[in-house]
Amino acid sequence: MTTTTVKSLVNQPYKYGFVTDIESESIPAGLSEDVVRLISAKKEEPEFMLEFRLKAYRQWLKMTEPNWAEVGYPAIDYQKIVYYSAPKKKEKLGSLDEVDPTLLETFEKLGISLSEQKRLSNVAVDAIFDSVSVATTFKDKLAEQGVIFCSISEALQKHPDLVQKYLGSVVPVGDNFFAALNAAVFSDGSFVYIPKNTKCPMELSTYFRINNGDSGQFERTLIVAEEGSSVSYLEGCTAPMFDTNQLHAAVVELVALDNADIKYSTVQNWYAGDENGKGGIYNFVTKRGLCQGVNSKISWTQVETGSAITWKYPSCVLVGDRSVGEFYSVALTNHCQQADTGTKMIHIGKNTRSTIISKGISAGRSENSYRGLVKIGPKAAGARNYSQCDSMLIGDNAGANTFPYIQVQNNTAKVEHEASTSKIGEDQLFYFTQRGISSEDAISMMISGFCKDVFNQLPMEFAVEADRLLSLKLEGSVG
Amino acid sequence: MIVENSEVILSVKNLTANVGDTPILKGLNLEIKAGEIHAIMGPNGSGKSTFSKVLAGHPAYEVTGGEVLYRGQNLLDMEPEVRSRSGIFLAFQYPLEIPGVSNVDFLRVAYNSKRKHEGLEELDAFDFDDLVQQKLEVVKMKPEFLSRSVNEGFSGGEKKRNEILQMAMLEPKLAILDETDSGLDIDALRVVAGGVNQLSQPDNATLLITHYQRLLDYIVPDFVHVMEGGRILITGGKELAFELEERGYEWVREDEAAEVNAR
Repeated sequence: MTTTTVKSLVNQPYKYGFVTDIESESIPAGLSEDVVRLISAKKEEPEFMLEFRLKAYRQWLKMTEPNWAEVGYPAIDYQKIVYYSAPKKKEKLGSLDEVDPTLLETFEKLGISLSEQKRLSNVAVDAIFDSVSVATTFKDKLAEQGVIFCSISEALQKHPDLVQKYLGSVVPVGDNFFAALNAAVFSDGSFVYIPKNTKCPMELSTYFRINNGDSGQFERTLIVAEEGSSVSYLEGCTAPMFDTNQLHAAVVELVALDNADIKYSTVQNWYAGDENGKGGIYNFVTKRGLCQGVNSKISWTQVETGSAITWKYPSCVLVGDRSVGEFYSVALTNHCQQADTGTKMIHIGKNTRSTIISKGISAGRSENSYRGLVKIGPKAAGARNYSQCDSMLIGDNAGANTFPYIQVQNNTAKVEHEASTSKIGEDQLFYFTQRGISSEDAISMMISGFCKDVFNQLPMEFAVEADRLLSLKLEGSVG
Repeated sequence: MIVENSEVILSVKNLTANVGDTPILKGLNLEIKAGEIHAIMGPNGSGKSTFSKVLAGHPAYEVTGGEVLYRGQNLLDMEPEVRSRSGIFLAFQYPLEIPGVSNVDFLRVAYNSKRKHEGLEELDAFDFDDLVQQKLEVVKMKPEFLSRSVNEGFSGGEKKRNEILQMAMLEPKLAILDETDSGLDIDALRVVAGGVNQLSQPDNATLLITHYQRLLDYIVPDFVHVMEGGRILITGGKELAFELEERGYEWVREDEAAEVNAR
């Protein structure tokens, strides 16, 4: 603490930045109708899937990239991206033992054990490497309860009717530029189906790993919770360090029927680029949940710490009467990272309720914006929303913005919005150090306190992880 | 209280320090021994607060010359947190608000980092709670304060009392109180001064930094120093404070000018 300026606290090296040397099968860069057909053919998809993709592709051609977000980046050349990359496999996989040991090692190194002996006891994991699901654990155990948890490619083979019924029902193919691109070229993702009146017996989790420096990552996740069922799902993400930027344009769709409950948590730690903003993932993601049934509930919890640019708005469409939408978010940006993230709560049914708790932490020269829409439709009598958006600035060069959009078309609705901004500066840190508390502990105490409301929503195992992750990310950033 | 042959807690020789490029301290000398209470008085801008921050190691102040020994060790080599753990406590003129961190957590982490430094075992939550309840008495604070965020929404008086509570917990060897009387009404002043007096022992020392004589009615100093232009110009007993109150700081300046002319 000898310098007089408050610098960002975030200089811990990114420990997931390694590249796995594995032979992969990629198609040449570029996008055309032929590429879309090729992807579909490679995956031996049913006919309806090819039509879905082509429809999306044709719409995408007519769309323009959105530019309203508070983020800036050089134009993306979509013809330079590789749209399909998969680790080469020797033959069809029957069991985990046949998974390429290099891949198992990679996930092991990331702290995700896929081998039978070392798995987390109560978490089933679908591991996705570049664009392809390499393994799913506890599949059989889940199947005993009728729960389907597998890659979306496998679901297309084994449960095409379910996929056809729900895919694109929440995020239509032409929803937005990146969602359309995803619909055209997505290569894999997770599929979850929870049957009627079933409480999923364990946490489900997908771990996304980008490995190839030129490939885009386009996964698609679909979760369907039948009447009276419930599930808690968690996704984690990491990527190697490259000087170039990789595009990640995922789509997540959730469907909750009567009295169903879906909890979706994300701990996003994609590579964020170096301290000068070179490299990192462009994370342009569309996530939306449909509370279709009465009394259904969808809850999004996200901890966003990585990516050069984050552009995502996990949303809830509250159609069923008395349905509930929740959004709990911590977005941390450092160095040159940019985040424009928030949620949309669309109230359609009667007595629907939504809660938004957003915590933005900006350090370094980063920009962190909350953007949220609360819309109360004309028939949403008695609808209620509570929003709280807090920003914390670390140092003097970071920025924070809040853009709340509120549209109310029913006069019985009640909408509340609260916002605050606080700052961790040299003087606060000096107050801690003068009491014998190190700067690192000081920042971690302040950040934990600031994020408490969100971390409390995460599954136990991951709350601790998230807390640690934020502290790591901010280490050395003031001083 | 002045004790014969007691330990030298703080020895400052020819200390100079800058904020940015501006010199603030210009050759300050001071010695404080165990058991003593010192008061530094002086007009605004004389460098009193700067001196307190330099002693505590605030990163915005740069020491440009001189020597500071704390119990025989070079204080200027120590990180601020090490200074604190070694027994230097600064009660802030403007205590900071720390949203999201509860008072009790703050106190516990601070207290335990000191214990660790001393090679002692950290206190668990239960033992710590017993201790903190006792210390609340010193400043007559209600236990509810413990669960609130550090200083957030506290009144001026509550903030100052909270400083003294932290001081009571950390039991410093050298307590530096920077304008602790500012913004206090007479009742709060009594409570705060009572706390400071209670904590003053033959083996520790107190340095009061104040603008007004008022505080010294409640905490009686052994030495009063008058600071001006980044140096200590006059040192005397407690009666010096009364003289200042009567004649103002101008008198010190004139006095010094006369002294210089006489040379």
